[in-house]
Amino acid sequence: MARMKFLCDADRCIECQACVTACKNEHEVPWGINRRRVVTINDGLPGERSVSMACMHCTDAPCAAVCPVACFYTTDDGVVLHNKDTCIGCGYCSYACPFGAPQYPQTANFGTRGKMDKCTYCSGGPEPDMSQAEYVKYGANRLAEGKLPLCAEMCSTKALLAGDGDIIADIYRERVVTRGYGSGAWGWRTAYGETVTV
Amino acid sequence: MTIFSRLLTAFSLVLALSLAAPEASAQVNPTQSSVTEDALFQALGTAPVTGRVTIPDANAGYLIKPENKSWAVLQGQTLHTLSIVAVLGMIALLLLFYLIRGRIRVESGFSGRKILRFNAIERFAHWTLATTFIILALTGLNLIIGKSVILPLFGEAAFGTLSTWGKIAHNYLAWPFMVALVMILLLWIVHNVPNKVDLEWIKKGGGLFSKGVHPPARKFNAGQKLIFWSVVLGGAALSYTGIMLLFPAEAGTAADWQFYQTIHALVAAGLSAIVIAHIYIGSVGMEGAFDAMGSGEVDENWAKEHHGLWVEEVQSTQARNTAQVTTPAE
Repeated sequence: MARMKFLCDADRCIECQACVTACKNEHEVPWGINRRRVVTINDGLPGERSVSMACMHCTDAPCAAVCPVACFYTTDDGVVLHNKDTCIGCGYCSYACPFGAPQYPQTANFGTRGKMDKCTYCSGGPEPDMSQAEYVKYGANRLAEGKLPLCAEMCSTKALLAGDGDIIADIYRERVVTRGYGSGAWGWRTAYGETVTV
Repeated sequence: MTIFSRLLTAFSLVLALSLAAPEASAQVNPTQSSVTEDALFQALGTAPVTGRVTIPDANAGYLIKPENKSWAVLQGQTLHTLSIVAVLGMIALLLLFYLIRGRIRVESGFSGRKILRFNAIERFAHWTLATTFIILALTGLNLIIGKSVILPLFGEAAFGTLSTWGKIAHNYLAWPFMVALVMILLLWIVHNVPNKVDLEWIKKGGGLFSKGVHPPARKFNAGQKLIFWSVVLGGAALSYTGIMLLFPAEAGTAADWQFYQTIHALVAAGLSAIVIAHIYIGSVGMEGAFDAMGSGEVDENWAKEHHGLWVEEVQSTQARNTAQVTTPAE
């Protein structure tokens, strides 16, 4: 089985926000929830770079470690998913996440937390693949259709890569060698304990 | 003609620039000198990597916060273990105490005469505090150890429903708990100021460990004062950190939430252990003790053994009252 990962080549990202829009549209994500976002570092300064960030589907995911109701699980593809029927919206995963991935709809009393929502790597949830129940809670299940996440698939500059970790690391490594520079595989060291070395 | 000549000038300018451009870029490639993750991590240390976002949520500007993972270990493992040790450890200690010491009896037997120890308001405050605390403690404990204890027994669906209701109960019952906490503070603080009598009580271990030893005490002995201050200070800490966790937007960022959650869990574990001991000594652990909070009236002999000075105070007041006033006081 492949080990699915995201890699954002910040030297290619032009901060067009198309990945953000594609994600919202594909999954009918409610207003105010951002499964993916683009962060610009050194904005307006020399060496400015933009990084598209969502759930990185960590190895030994910290969200899963702190979840009081153990609603997280890792699929055979290495994707970290969660069960919204079990989630109580306590917010602990958002305290633990290094990437700010967990999002909450404003439905609960006190504070603003309903059931947590986050990037599913376009692979739904525990419900049967491509069922209506799955779509309503988690959005489309592209992986079950044999497709990769839409954010990466439609990235205009092919900055955002999705797929097997080894393969996208090779693609990135080749790019860095060819063009002679690279700002790094953002988040990889934090999410997977190792970064892409060139 | 003028338009044509202007266009010609513009075109030749663009041509000239485009010819000159490769020369300039051959010397400096501005895109090459970019910010790199490795360099940023080294420069920032443990501080998060931040940037600008186009959405209103300012917290989304934190790109990577590696430090959050250390709290995951603290919460997922350390607090989990500590909570289990605190609760089971105290139960084991009390079991050991019961096996060695047995039930503490009223040594001079029941007299049959009753003295009012706690009036209706005091008992109302105590039981409001007690029932809410027990539910808060159990639903809180469920969040820490439920996934390793209840989940394997009842399955994910039942555990999920239970935890959802538990969270709602926890959020709402926190408020009566806080009201009752203020009530007991106002009602009992005058009786809980430490004094010289407490020193002797502590020196004799409160008579807990040996028969026939009854150090003098007023309405509250040193042990009860310890419970009182643990509950008041621990309860205040739990209330403050709890409110911060209820209103995360007001509390700050993830680092603040992590801090409040850790304090909340630690104080809760400690206070739960203390309250378990309190429940034991107030029920099975000591004969006659439950009446104080049950009916509010305790047996005179029990009171003389455990709160000798208080009985003297009550009886002298009563004697004065009956001597001075012809009509009953109440």
